[in-house]
Amino acid sequence: MLAVADAVRQGRRSARQLTEEHLAAVAAAEPEVHAFNTVMTDAALAQADDIDRRAAAGEDVGPLAGVPVALKDNICTRGVPTTCSSRILEGWRPQYDATVVVRLRSAGAVVLGKTNLDEFAMGSSTENSAFGPTRNPRDPSRVPGGSSGGSAAAVAAGFAPLALGSDTGGSIRQPAALTGVVGVKPTYGVVSRYGLVAFASSLDQIGPLASSVADAAALLEVVAGHDPADSTSLAEPAPEVTSVLDEGVDGMRVGVVTELMAGVAPDITDRVRQAADALAGAGARVDEASVPAAVHGLSAYYLIAPAEASSNLARYDGVRYGLRVDAPDITAMYTATRSAGFGSEVKRRIMLGTYALSAGYYDAYYGQAQRVRTLIIRSFDAAYAGFDALIAPTTPTTAFALGSKTADPLAMYLSDVCTVPSSLAGHPAMNVPFGPGDDGLPAGVQVLAPARGEAVMFRVAAALEALAPDTPEAGIAPRSHTEVVR
Amino acid sequence: MAGRISRADVVHVARLARLELTDEELDRYVDQLGAVLDHAADVAALDTTGVPPTAHPLPMENVLREDVVGPSLDREEVLREAPDSDGARFRVPRILGEEP
Repeated sequence: MLAVADAVRQGRRSARQLTEEHLAAVAAAEPEVHAFNTVMTDAALAQADDIDRRAAAGEDVGPLAGVPVALKDNICTRGVPTTCSSRILEGWRPQYDATVVVRLRSAGAVVLGKTNLDEFAMGSSTENSAFGPTRNPRDPSRVPGGSSGGSAAAVAAGFAPLALGSDTGGSIRQPAALTGVVGVKPTYGVVSRYGLVAFASSLDQIGPLASSVADAAALLEVVAGHDPADSTSLAEPAPEVTSVLDEGVDGMRVGVVTELMAGVAPDITDRVRQAADALAGAGARVDEASVPAAVHGLSAYYLIAPAEASSNLARYDGVRYGLRVDAPDITAMYTATRSAGFGSEVKRRIMLGTYALSAGYYDAYYGQAQRVRTLIIRSFDAAYAGFDALIAPTTPTTAFALGSKTADPLAMYLSDVCTVPSSLAGHPAMNVPFGPGDDGLPAGVQVLAPARGEAVMFRVAAALEALAPDTPEAGIAPRSHTEVVR
Repeated sequence: MAGRISRADVVHVARLARLELTDEELDRYVDQLGAVLDHAADVAALDTTGVPPTAHPLPMENVLREDVVGPSLDREEVLREAPDSDGARFRVPRILGEEP
């Protein structure tokens, strides 16, 4: 099935040539897109040469042999700067590889570089990066979404056929929708978080971005599966998703989530209805589904995630790694370091979370948000009693203009309204591009499934992909069409 | 239900979070945090009597392992990434009132 990787394994294509082609695509358009914080040119070519050498010697070089992969810059890479797009970690070189990086390398993938993100993954546009924004390859006046905007842009621009991002409240799915690529948030615990710099630990999950559902499935199978180094990792093997893609949706019960259609632009809800009709035409039993507590998702998320972040980011104190701003005593050093090292959105989230956890407010805000999280899980459970999978918009609008929401944090947070409910529930969800919006930019349909429902989710996604209207591929850097599968 | 977040609250929270804010930042955060907390009023107002809190989305079990020494990070490599060290430990500015 893995055509490109198979060609490399059999010596019909060279990993070096594949890597050079993608580095050339980066060289041509990266100055305008700014998808990367670090392009690992020498290391990638050395890795490619090693794969070619081992393939020539008859070794099995793995299911992703020679396939370039871009990594969000909050995933630790041994000896390679891992900045989280923050001044506070600028120049830091981790002493270890994240588990997903170890698995990618042993599958033969070539790590091409580290992609830009909203600082510490906090944002929905990749404008909160200390190193400047990423632009949407479909239209450089628009944002690519966020926080995995660099990874999404890298795939959309043809810089890398595959990328990994991280999704806490929509940070893979939302940029995938805005750049017209496939983006998957797996069930919480399916992919190891070991070596993923923590933002909100009960929500963070690594997942794939790719230009097709099959490619995303292949990447998920490589990186997923139990990891003893992550105590929240599910004690199960990776979900089997590549083998189910052709099974179709005949007889499947699919619900359209009423509550997630509210407040969404008409061109996007039209696409979701069109997707529902297409699934019905393919034999699915489609109906309206209600997840009443989902309307509280955004509010609960913006209390829980900042609360966890305020605790996780306490570690940036100028003692063990990253930036230190000198001061006469340790408390002044902590304060000077954090005030200089964090950008304004990160400070805002830390403040919000500290407030939600502080004496006198804990029960009204954080405690209440945790109880509402229970209500959201119960609401989904009730819906899944009647449906195998759900569909909804991924985002309220297509890609918005750079700078249009930076002055109003709440407006930016509202970009996540369709993605946060399944994050709070720990459920899998993914974006499938489904035609253009009225402005010609990509629109996405979100497929949601219950916990461990990856196989059902991928079946629906593969069906939607096959039924999607053709999207004219506008943009400064058209896709290279290096599809890994088929 | 708590009232709207005040400037004094923001000053207090910044101190707890070890952040030093300019006057301009303080003004901005009073407005912006207030807007987010106003938006959360729907959640704060819900009747959740008898609803248990969820800290983690899926059922978790304690993870135990044999008490066997395994490999850990190389000290020299770790200290090389530190802002300051004496070669064996992280070095920090003075903690208590006395001269070093």
